[in-house]
Amino acid sequence: MPKAQLFITCLGDQFYTSTLQNMTYLLERLGVELSFPPEQTCCGQPLFNNGFEDRTRAVALNFMHAFSKSDAPIIGPSGSCVSMVKHHYPSLFEAGTPEHALAVDIASRTFEFTEYLVNVLKVTDVGAVYPHKVTYHASCHYLREMGLKTEAKALLNAVQGLEYIPLNEEETCCGFGGAFTVTYPEVSRAMMENKVRNIIASGADTVITCEPGCLMNVAGGLHKAGSPIHAMHIIDLLSSKEEPA
Amino acid sequence: MSHDIHPYIGFEEYSEHVPQSIPLAVQQATTRFVGGRAARVAELPQWEQLRQIGSDIRQHTLENMDVHLTRLEEKVEQAGGHVHWAKTAEEACRIVLQIAKDHNVRTAVKSKSMATEEIELNGALEAAGIRAIETDLGEYIIQLAGTGPSHIIVPAVHLTKEEIAALFSQHLGIDAPADPIELARIARETLRAEFLNAEMGISGGNFLIAETGTLVIVTNEGNGRMCSTMPDLHVAVVGIDKVIPDWESLTVFLKLLARSATGQKLSTYTQFITGPRRAEGEFGPKEFHLVLLDNGRSNILRDPVGRDVLKCIRCGACANVCPVYKNVGGFAYGSFISGPIGAILSPQMLGTPTARELPYASTLCGACADVCPVKIPIPTILRHLRRRVAQGDEFAASTMPIPIRVTAMFASIALAWNWVYRLGARLLPIINPFFRKNDWLSGLPYPLNRWTKVRPLPPFTATFRKWWNVRSAKWKDSTR
Repeated sequence: MPKAQLFITCLGDQFYTSTLQNMTYLLERLGVELSFPPEQTCCGQPLFNNGFEDRTRAVALNFMHAFSKSDAPIIGPSGSCVSMVKHHYPSLFEAGTPEHALAVDIASRTFEFTEYLVNVLKVTDVGAVYPHKVTYHASCHYLREMGLKTEAKALLNAVQGLEYIPLNEEETCCGFGGAFTVTYPEVSRAMMENKVRNIIASGADTVITCEPGCLMNVAGGLHKAGSPIHAMHIIDLLSSKEEPA
Repeated sequence: MSHDIHPYIGFEEYSEHVPQSIPLAVQQATTRFVGGRAARVAELPQWEQLRQIGSDIRQHTLENMDVHLTRLEEKVEQAGGHVHWAKTAEEACRIVLQIAKDHNVRTAVKSKSMATEEIELNGALEAAGIRAIETDLGEYIIQLAGTGPSHIIVPAVHLTKEEIAALFSQHLGIDAPADPIELARIARETLRAEFLNAEMGISGGNFLIAETGTLVIVTNEGNGRMCSTMPDLHVAVVGIDKVIPDWESLTVFLKLLARSATGQKLSTYTQFITGPRRAEGEFGPKEFHLVLLDNGRSNILRDPVGRDVLKCIRCGACANVCPVYKNVGGFAYGSFISGPIGAILSPQMLGTPTARELPYASTLCGACADVCPVKIPIPTILRHLRRRVAQGDEFAASTMPIPIRVTAMFASIALAWNWVYRLGARLLPIINPFFRKNDWLSGLPYPLNRWTKVRPLPPFTATFRKWWNVRSAKWKDSTR
């Protein structure tokens, strides 16, 4: 029985409890034995991406210690946070130090949720049913840093009743960018509104992303625009047949 | 333009007052370029290999710049040209002015050049009483408008045809219609007289081939050829980063450049200039001067991460795909070069005290790096420069305002000491009732007011941990 550790991400932790619950159910249903290290906080990306590399180290160390108590893979519902751990943690520590060795080890066994399903468990059909018109926003770090181009679509493709509608400018940033939203709110607004216009024009009733950050931004934007379109994390769609606990 | 006189670049302030017409005009053009580029790239199965080769050649050139520049100088002089070295923008302007003075120049015609925009040559010429006429249509338009360029290859991209017609009417004393073909005809007629009248032609250069001392100019309007052949004197101002080893390298860059820039296989005109004309009656100017511009480039070369910015071949593809650029336009970047490449060049060329906001003018989405024909890792350099701004590095001290540095310190403590984080996560939901409206939070206090002024925030929940604990406890009980 495969084992895995849940990496819930700070945004997931703060805002998306039901998505994390769905992630738990889904993985357990696929036979994964889960654990949850409670010492985890945030991967440190907000500090790292804003240039505070020295301040990131302590945060990364907390993460690495939390997840080093088990050697099971680490699964997170965010390509961006996973990319931080996978691609940037090793660069935070000097090669040859025990911290660097630990960062490399942690990086090598950290996976984004859809990546883990499709590429590790080799599962695309999770038995979900969702008879709706669905469009998909490709999140930047998920797409470009993680290189996940086909995984989410393969999963959506296997959902019963789902009608997939391509999104115009699917790969264009939604304007989230973490601290960017508060550093340059007006630019973030213009980018978000452009994304929301495209989503509304698609004619879909649901928009899917694999990123809590984009989800907050796009869902808030749709709400503000008075649109009834549901913005959903892919985990919630894949669980649409799941009974809550 | 130099470190001490360039005004502070206030990206945030500009971004809050972008004229409405700019994103519309910019997106119209960039959408066309992006589509054209994609079509040309799809025709070349070896595109990714070409990018890699282009990147490798530029990398090699940066690492051996002294060798190639020395060779270039020798070859240009062998061909009868004059080579001048300009350490700073001021020095470059001084050199051009001296050449103009030596030849009693009253009017100079210019073809499009980022290097002369960088050194603000037009202002220097005007101050010396020399008329400088831009002859590239886009540059001509922005010269009438009295602004700098807002895009690397389409400098007037921010203007609509109506705005351009109004400029023509105002400056040329005619009734110009808002019709692009008619406007181009008017410009061509006006400029023809200037070409015949000018004593000096000024150009930039897309590449400098060290092997033979050849200046390469890539244009679409033919004005570059007029500037470099009609007057008896041709002065080219070119950054030292434009040097490439040989003609074989050039074939790679010519394949990459027009495809990336405009979606053309090749631009309409590609000119190779090796010195002045050699005999009376031959084609070309009597005298050819090459001004090699450093202006901070050799300083940038000292930074092994930041120097990759000098691989740039100025195609503008990064701006065309940049969602930030497309919504703010080029003026937001506050200098001659805009878009993602400007965001990594200006902080290095002008210094982080002047341009500290620019590395943050990106969501790090990475679209730019995907299209860069010479594979400049733009997001990596943005992060590198953010480090310089936030915490300082061996090249510059931190320029981040103290409140933000203090915030980062507290954030680091809260996220690294997990009990602080967990306590905070429990306390945050307390604020929900005060700001809640239809399942969303709005009107939050600083700094989250900058989020909620744009869109509402989901309520703080942080109940997963509790749920997990309860569930694990139950599960333990049931298996006991």
